[in-house]
Amino acid sequence: MGRLGLRLATGSVLAFLYIPLVIIFLFAFNADRGQSWPIRSYTVRWFGDALANGDVRDALLLSVEAALGATAISLLLGSLAALAVHRFRFFGRETISFALVLPLALPGIVTGMALNATINTAGIGFGLVTIIVGHATFCIVVVYNNILARLRRTSSSIEEASLDLGATTWQTFRYVTLPVLRTAILAGALLAFALSFDEVIVTTFTAGTDETLPIWILNHLRQPNQRPIVNVVAVAVIVLSAVPVYLSQRLSASDAGGLSG
Amino acid sequence: MAVEPMSPAPTLSSPHPAGPVARESAHDPAVLLDGVSKRFGEVTAVDGLDLEVTDGEFFSMLGPSGSGKTTTLRMIAGFETPTTGRIRLHGRDVSRVAPYDRDVNTVFQDYALFPHMSVGENVGYGLMVRKVPRDERRRRVADALSMVRLAGYERRRPAELSGGQRQRVALARAIVNRPRVLLLDEPLGALDLKLREEMQLFLKALQLDLGITFIYVTHDQQEALTMSDRIAVFNLGRVAQVGSPAEIYERPATPFVAGFVGTSNLLTDDAARLLVGREGTFTVRPEKIRLSDPDEMHTAGESSALGRIRDVVYLGSETRYIVALEAGGELVVTRQNLETSSMEALAARGRQVRLSWNREHVLALKAS
Repeated sequence: MGRLGLRLATGSVLAFLYIPLVIIFLFAFNADRGQSWPIRSYTVRWFGDALANGDVRDALLLSVEAALGATAISLLLGSLAALAVHRFRFFGRETISFALVLPLALPGIVTGMALNATINTAGIGFGLVTIIVGHATFCIVVVYNNILARLRRTSSSIEEASLDLGATTWQTFRYVTLPVLRTAILAGALLAFALSFDEVIVTTFTAGTDETLPIWILNHLRQPNQRPIVNVVAVAVIVLSAVPVYLSQRLSASDAGGLSG
Repeated sequence: MAVEPMSPAPTLSSPHPAGPVARESAHDPAVLLDGVSKRFGEVTAVDGLDLEVTDGEFFSMLGPSGSGKTTTLRMIAGFETPTTGRIRLHGRDVSRVAPYDRDVNTVFQDYALFPHMSVGENVGYGLMVRKVPRDERRRRVADALSMVRLAGYERRRPAELSGGQRQRVALARAIVNRPRVLLLDEPLGALDLKLREEMQLFLKALQLDLGITFIYVTHDQQEALTMSDRIAVFNLGRVAQVGSPAEIYERPATPFVAGFVGTSNLLTDDAARLLVGREGTFTVRPEKIRLSDPDEMHTAGESSALGRIRDVVYLGSETRYIVALEAGGELVVTRQNLETSSMEALAARGRQVRLSWNREHVLALKAS
């Protein structure tokens, strides 16, 4: 009885989460230009139309560039911060840890406002660079947390063991530290990419007149004749965000058993 | 305290030249600590330590946690730098030398196996980073694994092994580099009793077989007594006593050593004056005391005392009696259960008894 109840509850939650997404998916294949239910016939012609649309292509390119840039910055700063916080006891260590995690919890609109004011004051032009910086503020946390969790799960004596066995500091990093962290780094990078790719709020404050894919959707949502293409773009955003998250989960799961040794 | 007899050292040139400055002789001690201290901020972990470990001996550092034994081991390995003093390995001053430039290897308490490498890669790691050719590497890895009775385990992953097997992989990974000194940091701590006893004998045999110096850190006095040629008993960052297992056990120098290695049967104050006839602190080992009826007379050369059995602890092969003395204080007496059953032993509680012991077995202790 309890088991059945649990299944029903799980099922309802999943349905609540995913039915709207499924509907978007179905509408993307709707041959009718209007959003009427039930769907009478299916087509893939909106995918062709979306690809042919220059604005959509530009937005896709910008989104990918921004996500790659934000991921690169997060990897560099997030992993260095994690190593430093894990390995050294220094003044302000807890504060740094807190300061890194905070942007994830801060409302995007506040981060966005603050960045917008700063960029205006500094007189930097809005565009790809400002989008990347804006996204990096919350992407760093994901990389940082992933690597820190792995470091805490790993015996700290393995690096000492490596030095003890004759490896130099550099060899130890190359043969022991990096391989042990590799999957955590990759998982963090994939999550950072996904976070950046579908971000809207901070982007509206940092993109200026440029459009990332999610911003393009927002701007065209209310134009009935663009509706089929908006659906197709939404499907693209869903897929491009879901795949990295899925891969990242797989990576973390496959290591859970093998790395505590 | 007995120091190993050292023949006057003719400075022979050694088969292991360690550079022009390092004058190395065949009679230099394997490890020499000279006034070594280590402070972590306000805390002094090791306090002015002088220690000499002879080449080829099984040397244990025994003490409670926080006594400085592990810090001392980590300074010999090179993971910590001494705050003051010098450390020499076979005559070479290594006080400021990195771990990878020292001819020592360590077996870690948590084994510290590399989780992303196979057993073979783990054992061959030291050879790989030193660029030993692949063929020789493979042969030496196989040799080391068969020495620890894990022949053919090269392709396994550390995660697939039992605790005892991981422990032996850690051992193979250290000895494959043929260090002249092997450091072991409580390597048997995580194993169950049966396996631990097996490994103690195995380690001792391995050390004799390899003929290299073992420095073994443990808080288990039985372990230290079983395996060691010599033991250094640590307390509060200093060495309380150095000596052979028999010396440490039979002639403890301080009340701390008497208590840590075995049971502290201390006679102080009134008990000392009445039963030993002198002021001071004295000890008698529990197995050296005879338990009898109060009216039984003791023989010449023996001391004796009346008391009442306060408690009885039945331990299977032997029974431990805690006796409150009329002269003050308590003594623990152990007796083999030759004919006594547990019922009889436990029924002795509250009984009036006479304790007697040979005067030769009473040891005077320095205040520690």
